[in-house]
Amino acid sequence: MRHLIDIMDLSTTEIDDMIRVAKDIIAEPAKYSHICSGKKLATLFFEPSTRTRLSFEAAMYELGGNVLGFSEAQSSSAAKGESVADTIRTVGAYADIIAMRHPKEGAPVVASAKSTVPVINAGDGGHNHPTQTLTDLLTISREKGRLNNMTVGLCGDLKFGRTVHSLITAMSRYENVRFVLISPDELRIPEYLKYEVMVKKGLDFIETTDLEGAMPELDILYMTRVQRERFFNEQDYLRLKDSYILTPDKLTNAKEDLSILHPLPRVNEISVAVDDDPRARYFEQVRNGKFIRMALILKLLEDAK
Amino acid sequence: MIIGKIQNGIVLDHITPGLGMKLYEILGLDALDCQVALIKNAESVKHGRKDILKIDELIDINLDAIGFVDPGVTVNIIKDGKLAKRKHLEPPEEITGIMKCKNPRCITTIEQEIPQRFRLTDRENGTYRCVYCESKLEY
Repeated sequence: MRHLIDIMDLSTTEIDDMIRVAKDIIAEPAKYSHICSGKKLATLFFEPSTRTRLSFEAAMYELGGNVLGFSEAQSSSAAKGESVADTIRTVGAYADIIAMRHPKEGAPVVASAKSTVPVINAGDGGHNHPTQTLTDLLTISREKGRLNNMTVGLCGDLKFGRTVHSLITAMSRYENVRFVLISPDELRIPEYLKYEVMVKKGLDFIETTDLEGAMPELDILYMTRVQRERFFNEQDYLRLKDSYILTPDKLTNAKEDLSILHPLPRVNEISVAVDDDPRARYFEQVRNGKFIRMALILKLLEDAK
Repeated sequence: MIIGKIQNGIVLDHITPGLGMKLYEILGLDALDCQVALIKNAESVKHGRKDILKIDELIDINLDAIGFVDPGVTVNIIKDGKLAKRKHLEPPEEITGIMKCKNPRCITTIEQEIPQRFRLTDRENGTYRCVYCESKLEY
């Protein structure tokens, strides 16, 4: 049974195929509007994430399928102490495919080991969130027409930001991608990622605290939020949350074809004044999330046949 | 110091000095009823110093656990007072049920029946990571 737990579960060929399908869905949505008729997606959200859940649900509805599930652990059997393995086996009797979000890291690995239907990791704590990475890759591909030969700036919380870790790992497989890692010293990229992925693979990257200084060379600027829920210490969060705020004046030296992305939700790290700049692509990124999830559901259902 | 020969049992030789007690604990040797000797800082021609563990019974020993703690150990199986088999170890690709994941966010912290598994992700540096949350194993 094929699942998606980590973005590296997919080869670049498979990712490229899914991006191609997603673009086809965007071009000709009617062709796909009944393709999952009679199929059910279960959205098992052991912690709330309205955005991701709605994206999965919208994706399945637009494929002509149906959706069932729960949006928080309190309204599931987990509140009674049921294990992830038992929940997944039960839901597998009702649904054809499962999208699961869980606050504990590694929960989708446990689920996939026991599941009789494909499991999609819709986020496990601060660990993996592969469909966000697929969303980012589709967005970059649509914006630039390629996934190689570019300079990608990642800014904000690079220590706890799982979307950043996954995006670097995924893009490390494409040729000639240069990374500019912009963060306060306390939120620099973890050592293991730096050495086990970036140094080992010989990737071209620099670390800096200077967002404006790095701006002119960037093709992509990926902003991230400093997330309160990833800190054990409230004081650390308050001290670092406003480290980098993108405002129109900081874009003065940016390329005209820069694309600004953000996994959302934002707090204040991108000023609303930037929203009207044509280079701000984060709301288009949200739309792309639905399309790539449609492509993913199609792929996993096809692989499960 | 003289520790007598064993007739049927296991000798763990060439243990890195200081790791003998760690192996004693991780192999659960305290639970055995037979004689067990731990020799610390014994003289070694090759390494200068070494620890040695002698177990006076042919128990089913967890080679993965030994390879994980100290891959340089030589395992000697003694039968009828003679060396029957000698094994040189390598760090195992995966260990199960030996160590616990210390990441407080790991699923294994709330579901105790899930087997604790770690995979060797960097042989050069001997790095193991939790199969579930991928946290580096610290010990």
